[in-house]
Amino acid sequence: MSPRPPRVVLSKVGLDGHDRGVKVVARALRDAGMEVIYTGLWQTPDRVIRAVADEDADVLGISILSGAHMTLVPILIDLLKKEGLSDVLLVVGGIIPDEDVPKLLDMGVGSVFIPGSSLDSIVEFIHSRVPAKLSGK
Amino acid sequence: MAGKTTEAERERWEEEFARAPVRPTVTFDSISGEKIKGLYSPEDLAEFDPEESLGYPGQYPFTRGVHPNMYRGRLWTMRQFAGFGTAEDTNERYRFLFSKGQRDLSVAFDLPTLMGVDSDDARAIGEVGRLGVAVDTIDDMERIFEGLDLNQVSTSMTINAPAAIVLAFYFVVAERQGVPWERVRGTCQNDILKEFHAQNEFVFPPAESVRLVTDTIEFCANHAPKFNPVSISGYHIREAGANAIEELAFTLADGFEYVEQSLARGLSIDEFAPRLSFFFIAHNDFFEEIAKYRAARRIWAKRMRDRYGAKSEASMKLRFHAQTAGSALQAQQPHVNLMRVSYQAMAAVLGGCQSLHTNSMDETLALPSEHAVTLALRTQQVLAFETGAANTVDPLGGSYFIESLTDRMEEAAESIFEHIDKLGGVMKAIETGYFRRVIADSAYRYQREVDRKERIIVGVNDFIDDSAPSVDILKVDLATEHMQVERLKQRKAERNSERLNQCLERVRQAAANGENVMPALIEATRERASVGELTNALADVFGRYPGVPGG
Repeated sequence: MSPRPPRVVLSKVGLDGHDRGVKVVARALRDAGMEVIYTGLWQTPDRVIRAVADEDADVLGISILSGAHMTLVPILIDLLKKEGLSDVLLVVGGIIPDEDVPKLLDMGVGSVFIPGSSLDSIVEFIHSRVPAKLSGK
Repeated sequence: MAGKTTEAERERWEEEFARAPVRPTVTFDSISGEKIKGLYSPEDLAEFDPEESLGYPGQYPFTRGVHPNMYRGRLWTMRQFAGFGTAEDTNERYRFLFSKGQRDLSVAFDLPTLMGVDSDDARAIGEVGRLGVAVDTIDDMERIFEGLDLNQVSTSMTINAPAAIVLAFYFVVAERQGVPWERVRGTCQNDILKEFHAQNEFVFPPAESVRLVTDTIEFCANHAPKFNPVSISGYHIREAGANAIEELAFTLADGFEYVEQSLARGLSIDEFAPRLSFFFIAHNDFFEEIAKYRAARRIWAKRMRDRYGAKSEASMKLRFHAQTAGSALQAQQPHVNLMRVSYQAMAAVLGGCQSLHTNSMDETLALPSEHAVTLALRTQQVLAFETGAANTVDPLGGSYFIESLTDRMEEAAESIFEHIDKLGGVMKAIETGYFRRVIADSAYRYQREVDRKERIIVGVNDFIDDSAPSVDILKVDLATEHMQVERLKQRKAERNSERLNQCLERVRQAAANGENVMPALIEATRERASVGELTNALADVFGRYPGVPGG
């Protein structure tokens, strides 16, 4: 049986309206053959996690340019655990200071993509991590 | 000796040009995708009539600038946008900038304030005082300006959906300082249309949102004639991904829409148009940016005179603020951003801006540090005093290339205006998702060009250097949020709730009756109604807009 393409939920949490990056990434992942669900702006952590569960997503991509990542990402990780979704690959993109990157990775974020990251590097990262996850399902 | 080039010389150049080797893979197209020729010559200006297309500076059609002597009389205003944490933190930063020679303020509000949400609201978690200053009530606003005389300074406020509310706060601060409204100078961004196109900080539906903008235009025309009630902005449209031509056309189309709404309100064009101001980006493509500003002035002047019947020259003059491009800053080798900002700033000055914000080198990482903002301000000072760029008016006027490009941008903008008209106008085009689609397409195209290395970005897709030094960044104290929330709760408890509720009810009535909401907002501000409470009162009548088609 051929594995299905990766299913990716992309979301913006909080009040931050900067959506240029997330929309460009959504299109690039679609062009690379992934199934992408973009939740739109102003999501609460609860709603994001519900979308991940409802869509049976393999990947959750969170875009944060407001500086609230150290508050919001831990909340998302806790909720993923509570809902039994710890195997979902969490990816963060946006304005993230260098010193916060290792902290986010330690919390369980799969990768952090800062401005200047190429679209191909994001696609490759997801492809490198998701097939392995699929075999377990 | 022949005084003119001969046909033979031209043919020789054409031949040599065609034969000369060309660098592979890069594009010579402008960022807007305009084909740029290898050489511009008198032939390109065969149809060009300098008297009609340029005129003199300070005269119709203002292509060369809005003042007769431009920066020889007065330099542009060096206006650095700042704000973070609490009102006290921001007040301290303003005093710091004053000590470095800045004379005008530009307030950055935090996201909850920008969205009309109080600091103690669950939706504000993690964002209080982070991207700007937290303002909940008049007390915060008053503290921001403590020790800064509103008689002396002009203040720019970047806020949109709740702009009418924050403007009411500002007028009450002036009142408390004993400064009459007629003397208050400054600008409120208050451009809700571009929020629907690009920046996403809208709260109410489009028609009701524009009605609020028109209320502020009317109120300022009658009570605060030195205040610019709206700054019609292309900056965010561009940052969201649009190219220079789209920025130019969408911004001016929004401007026409505000004019038409204000005329429909019964205001006469020369009553309010002189106080409309603009805000454009200064991006990387040096000449295209300069041409953009020149084209903008010419298009606006023609429309105001010929379509809207303006008689006063002040109505025809497009005055603009410029800011260097945040999205052009790179996280890799952040010091290199200093050079990007310098060139962008120079384009804005050669294009005749009235005020300028230069971004700090560390803004892809965090809010700027004091060191970084000082360098950004120094960049403008070097430009003003050392480069000679301010010595003569419109130094590039008459350049074959610049004039060709200016004409071309005007034509391209006109064809976009026609398209918007065909869609039924700006408000209809918003409903169909037109603006957002165009902007998202351009953003994607640009990123693909960078990924394919058709556009080289130093430190990102070439000249990569992992050993480049990092910069020290500003850290916003996480205790700020807690402090602001506690303080707000206390302040809310201290108010006279009966009087407050009457005031909020007056705001609802004014909104529902179609009367100008500003007097009711000002009255409620005096009773210390919060940004969130006033936004909710308006939303009770207007409803909330869930989002725009086009993603």
